[in-house]
Amino acid sequence: MKVRDVVEQLGWRVLGGAGGLDAEVNGGYVADLLSCVMAGAEAGDLWLTLQTHANIVAVASLLGVCAIVVAEGANVPEGTLEKAEEQGMPVLSSPDPVYESVAQLISLGV
Amino acid sequence: MKRQFALLGSMGRGGALTKIHELVREMPVSRVMTASVFTLPPDATMQQLKELLREHRISGLPVVEDQALVGIVSIEDLIHALEVQRLDAPIREFMTSSNLVTAHAQESVMEALRRFEKTGIGRMPVLNARHELVGMVTRGDITLALLDALQELYTEAEAYQARPQRFFDALESESTSLQLRYRVEKGDFARGGDASAKIKRALLQIGASPQLARRVAIATYEAEVNLIIHTHNGGMILADIQPNEITIVAQDSGPGIADVGLARQPGWSTATPEVREMGFGAGMGLTNIERCTDKLSIWSAVGVGTRVLMTFSVSPQEIGEQDAG
Repeated sequence: MKVRDVVEQLGWRVLGGAGGLDAEVNGGYVADLLSCVMAGAEAGDLWLTLQTHANIVAVASLLGVCAIVVAEGANVPEGTLEKAEEQGMPVLSSPDPVYESVAQLISLGV
Repeated sequence: MKRQFALLGSMGRGGALTKIHELVREMPVSRVMTASVFTLPPDATMQQLKELLREHRISGLPVVEDQALVGIVSIEDLIHALEVQRLDAPIREFMTSSNLVTAHAQESVMEALRRFEKTGIGRMPVLNARHELVGMVTRGDITLALLDALQELYTEAEAYQARPQRFFDALESESTSLQLRYRVEKGDFARGGDASAKIKRALLQIGASPQLARRVAIATYEAEVNLIIHTHNGGMILADIQPNEITIVAQDSGPGIADVGLARQPGWSTATPEVREMGFGAGMGLTNIERCTDKLSIWSAVGVGTRVLMTFSVSPQEIGEQDAG
């Protein structure tokens, strides 16, 4: 399943980094502590978080996650989206809390 | 994510072309031929031939007497026999027995291909040195064998690309290393991870495995973020990439760590609430670094500065098989 498929099926918004929508989704990881993400997220994971500052794109790119999902429809600063465009790292927005967002992903088979 | 193998990628392809050339010239026909072949003696009837061809869905077979090839009989010869209603006749009356085009088990597939080209035939009986029939070879057999060998080459080339050594092989010196330096500014969260990303990209470009590049990137990122969060004036990240070892040094000129042992404990952090709110300062940075490095040494003096030295050995697992050197 591609990031694009997740977006289409769940109706999440693509805030930036649409260049990376064809990446394969291998799994998921949830954390707001960047060191946890660094330690735990695998390449190809969807990373669900409430963090929105520009550094999340750096972390995501370094790990090779397939996309960042910002839950609760949180507002993402312009600087973060610029970085996301630059790196082709999709930033998706889910209107639901992390728990519900994960449940939806699991129902898709992620 | 894009995998960048520009440098070694081109080297790998050049090597593969030479290898294909070698393969075509050196691969013997015996390696690509079909060894279990249906044969009939010349005294068998055209009726027997018809049944064998139909049963096994083949279009022709060699005619063998006392292990020696005496002819080739095909579906066209069978049609001829049907036309003259001579299915009871022996094969020797309809087979082709003169100017037989054959291949030799030990000749190269290149020579066999040339003969296919010249004669326009689709299959050749394969003979050994004593002129005994040992198999049949078609153009398709050769193509398939070459495709298999190509597949192997590509797999090999991929492993080849996963070797930082190769980048260095072309350079002659007593001791070669690639050094990269980055300045990291205090409080510059927006550019946090830039140095790590550039080091990771450089490693992938010279052919490091994605796993090795990731390990180095994670550890470097943590050290980079520490410079951004904790220093008075930022610091430097120095990467020294050698064929068998990568070292990354993160150093700054203060404030220094009062108790390095305490700082290395998981969960221990001096980060401010603002920084923690951004998801930093979980006290897991040094733990992550330790997990990713093969050797970690931290020197620090309060009021002087801190120097974090991370060593990554480039293990055989990360550079593919050693043998094809």
